[in-house]
Amino acid sequence: MSLHLEATITGRDTVVELDVADGETVAIIGPNGAGKSSVLAAIAGILRPDRGRATLDGEVLFDDRVWTPAHSRGTALLAQDALLFPHLTVLDNVAFGPRSAGRGRTQSRAAAARWLDEVGATDLASRKPSQLSGGQAQRVGVARALAAEPHLLLLDEPMAALDITVVPAMRHVLKRVLADRTALIVTHDVLDAALLADRVIVMDRGRIVEHGPTREVLARPRSQFGASIAGLNLLSGVAEHGAVRTPSGSVVEGMSSDPVPDGQAAVAVFSPSAVGVYLERPAGSPRNVFETTVTELEPIGAQVRVRTTELSADVTVSAVAELGLMPGTAVFLSVKASEVALYVT
Amino acid sequence: MPSGLPRWVLVPAAVGAAFIVLPLVAMATRVDWADFFSLISSDSSQAALWLSLRTSAVSTLLCVLLGVPMALVLARTSFRGQTLLRSLVLLPLVLPPVVGGIALLYTFGRRGLLGETIDVLGLQIAFSTTAVVIAQTFVALPFMVVSLEGTLRTTGERYEVVAATLGARPTTILRRVTLPLVLPGLAAGAVLSFARALGEFGATITFAGSLEGVTRTLPLEIYLQREVDPDAAVALSLVLVVVAVLVIGLVRGTRSNAL
Repeated sequence: MSLHLEATITGRDTVVELDVADGETVAIIGPNGAGKSSVLAAIAGILRPDRGRATLDGEVLFDDRVWTPAHSRGTALLAQDALLFPHLTVLDNVAFGPRSAGRGRTQSRAAAARWLDEVGATDLASRKPSQLSGGQAQRVGVARALAAEPHLLLLDEPMAALDITVVPAMRHVLKRVLADRTALIVTHDVLDAALLADRVIVMDRGRIVEHGPTREVLARPRSQFGASIAGLNLLSGVAEHGAVRTPSGSVVEGMSSDPVPDGQAAVAVFSPSAVGVYLERPAGSPRNVFETTVTELEPIGAQVRVRTTELSADVTVSAVAELGLMPGTAVFLSVKASEVALYVT
Repeated sequence: MPSGLPRWVLVPAAVGAAFIVLPLVAMATRVDWADFFSLISSDSSQAALWLSLRTSAVSTLLCVLLGVPMALVLARTSFRGQTLLRSLVLLPLVLPPVVGGIALLYTFGRRGLLGETIDVLGLQIAFSTTAVVIAQTFVALPFMVVSLEGTLRTTGERYEVVAATLGARPTTILRRVTLPLVLPGLAAGAVLSFARALGEFGATITFAGSLEGVTRTLPLEIYLQREVDPDAAVALSLVLVVVAVLVIGLVRGTRSNAL
């Protein structure tokens, strides 16, 4: 189930080439108007690129001569708005894909019930879309897209229109269903990329400006947009008493909106601007302290990003001079627990 | 006035409303209520009423069968000359029905454009019940197209696009998404078409004539009775008014149930 795409969309000045491997989830991030959604639309068969070629599992989606219509591509698309069919119940909405594939009513509804269970929306089955909240509708939208059994799942900012309080739960649902699934997700939230994607593609003004494994791109962004949103510190490990224990043995305290059960895989996320740099171990306050070595100093605007083996910190130019920081300096990094977000992964 | 409408607007508005309502009241006052049922149940009246209902029902069905695809093509495709085609299709709305009748006569009549072809097939259309249906369909079809095209445009294509990405073929999308979503517009179009067909006079009398039981529909019967038996004409007119009021009620019902 691997995708290869080369496309030129002249009207939107977009030229891209990308691959998604079997079972891989790739996130496309970038500023508004970067052409992210156009790329998904071209893959889904909603937008016809001026030039290019796309194959999914060796089947041609489009090239100079062939144009496979949207309904025979096997690429289900879920956008910001779930767009559930207003005249059908939730169950029949989810059963729509199986029914379109030629399966019987009973069989399709059984499949729909399974997918609703998968996203935790079984109790909504008999409702009409007008009776759902935004978060519920988007859950059902996910179930409906999955029930179509797509070879490639396309998610276009699936959480952008959701109330901020339901985003973590939705992210959790996506995390579960995207495991081992071939998927492309467009997002402007770096956390979505960090938690859901194996690989990240950064787009700006219709071009791919950067791509690579999520961790690498987020830790050391080379593009301007990447740097503006990323540089995020991500430490993964195992949950332990409401904190994350990393494989290297450090324990990161943080805040979490959901309970983080012990033994679960979890990540701690915090911004470089929340990190303090010290030459001596800071005493007293209940902070997360990491002993490490400076590897690189990179000016970002009026600040300097101090990179260490695992983490980065943003400090002022005068602080760099005061502390005499340079590659090789042994430092202590500290961050308040209240600045750290913990997520179950 | 909270909306800030100038008060004087009420005067012409009231005159306009009276202008429409008063004639109906005037007619109702002239109804011979004692003999009402015997008047509307004479043989010729019954034949006319029955013929009108039958032909209007068939015309409405034809409007659905032809008008729905026309509205779909106009709303969901774009091609050269589409604007011109739309104007032409809507022509029967503004054309005097008599002119429509003459045009139909020169199309389906014995000496018409398709007359010979129809003759070869052994059919005789002009001055038959078929002609009544053709005349009614000709004038009623635009109502269906206008109503449904509007609904299709306001509903948009978003749901159809989603359905396609879920693997639905175009026919499945039409059946399970597009038509259910525009059902209120379709129903309104059908009711309006039925009303227009029921009231059709000019094109019918020109193209189909006025043969009792064959082509003499209710409006034709009323027109003839006006000379012979004015009381019967008034009673039958009231029947058509009642039907019209029911139609307005139905359209309002389908509109308010709209999604």
